[in-house]
Amino acid sequence: MRYAMAIDTKKCVGCSDCVVACQVENNVPIGHCRDWVVEATSGTYPDLSLEIRSERCNHCTNAPCVRCCPTEASHIVDGGIVVVDHDECIGCKACITSCPYDARFVHPEGYVDKCTFCIHRVEKGENPACVSVCPTKCMYFGDTDDPNSEISQLLRKRKWKTLIPEAGTEPNIYYLT
Amino acid sequence: MIEQIITSGKHNIGIDPVLSIWPWEVPADLFLAGLVSGLLIISTFLTLIGKRHDYPIAVKKAPIFAPFLLLIALFFLFLDLSHKMYFWQLYTNIRWTSPMSWGAWTYLFLTPLTFIWAAIHLKTAYPNWKWPYEWMENTIEYLKQYRTGLAWAILGLSLTLSMYTGILLSAFNARPIWNSAILGPLFLTSGLTSATAFILLNCPKGSNEKKLFCTVSLISLGVQTFLIIHLIMGYLSSDLAQVKAADLFLGGEFTTSFWIMIVALGTLIPAYLHVLYLKKIKVPVIIPSILILTGGFFLRYILVEAGQISHW
Repeated sequence: MRYAMAIDTKKCVGCSDCVVACQVENNVPIGHCRDWVVEATSGTYPDLSLEIRSERCNHCTNAPCVRCCPTEASHIVDGGIVVVDHDECIGCKACITSCPYDARFVHPEGYVDKCTFCIHRVEKGENPACVSVCPTKCMYFGDTDDPNSEISQLLRKRKWKTLIPEAGTEPNIYYLT
Repeated sequence: MIEQIITSGKHNIGIDPVLSIWPWEVPADLFLAGLVSGLLIISTFLTLIGKRHDYPIAVKKAPIFAPFLLLIALFFLFLDLSHKMYFWQLYTNIRWTSPMSWGAWTYLFLTPLTFIWAAIHLKTAYPNWKWPYEWMENTIEYLKQYRTGLAWAILGLSLTLSMYTGILLSAFNARPIWNSAILGPLFLTSGLTSATAFILLNCPKGSNEKKLFCTVSLISLGVQTFLIIHLIMGYLSSDLAQVKAADLFLGGEFTTSFWIMIVALGTLIPAYLHVLYLKKIKVPVIIPSILILTGGFFLRYILVEAGQISHW
């Protein structure tokens, strides 16, 4: 099983509902966030194009944060989700510096925190909170090892990209372009 | 051109707008670890080649400071942890892929050995020293017979610790400034240079040891200059991320601090002052020594800061 998320950049309007849903669902402390929305403008005026992306931890297959963690607090669970065990994290912040996506932060209680794909919901067969609330239904979550899953079919049909592929991290967040 | 703006708000402390998660504690730890490694490498190497009586400051006196400097380095590392009470988790497993795990285990084995190494040299460096209990005296005398074995163990662990200070950073592919194989040898050389400066500060006036370590320091500074040039050349001949990262030192915000604090004050000027000293022109050795030690700290500080700012 390999959980992944696909985000349709043609449908995302950048409303930030995903950000708010995550903060409420996961009790993210004020002033911190596990996901965020980026507006990327490319080209030269007047030939400009705009892409809106909801970003978060990429749950990389080749996760540098997991490799560099000295205590195994950062680890990959079944389904390929990268999680942090709060009771094993010493707060050395090596994982934060190793992440090319700047997706991690120090929780006010001292341990390192990040997106978990709402693993507590996924274990119950539900979608992550951000996917559930998206008003434009631009986010898809599922198992890419299952060829019949919606996400697998989308990745076969549509063009997609990942962020900073040259970093070699093999991200599992796909942006449909 | 691509302009990217976070529109939802993202102000994670220490992460945004630029990464600044490792302030002074980590560079200070890396500097002290490099200095201690240098002192121990020199002391154990001279012992192993049978020159321990020829260089009393380097072999016997300077390493006495090593365990205390190492404890300060460990304290700085502890200060940096944000989940301090869980630090013991470092020693619940060995992570081969994590340089920090290597470093933690090296510290664990090296620290008690540095205390033993300092203890067996205490009485020769300070003849009036008296151990408070007889059993301490007997233990130290007993351990002296294992001097060679100890020297080999400490030499190996010190080389590991010194290289670790550079590899810790170079293992992070996400930060182009750090992702250079030169950092390990550069930090090792800088640690040795700092150690020679520390030894010079303790050498009596006009001693042969002082002249020798002036020469060693000069060679070490030469190697350091060579490695710094290769570091910059490596960035410029690498991918776009590293070329852009090199701009931080070549016109960007760390240009002045890098070239003045590390290259000029920390490397070239002390090298020039060493040349003057070796040509018997009177130069107080405290000046190049302090410059080298300050430059050694700034080498780590500036590279840690610049590395955090650099990104893909």
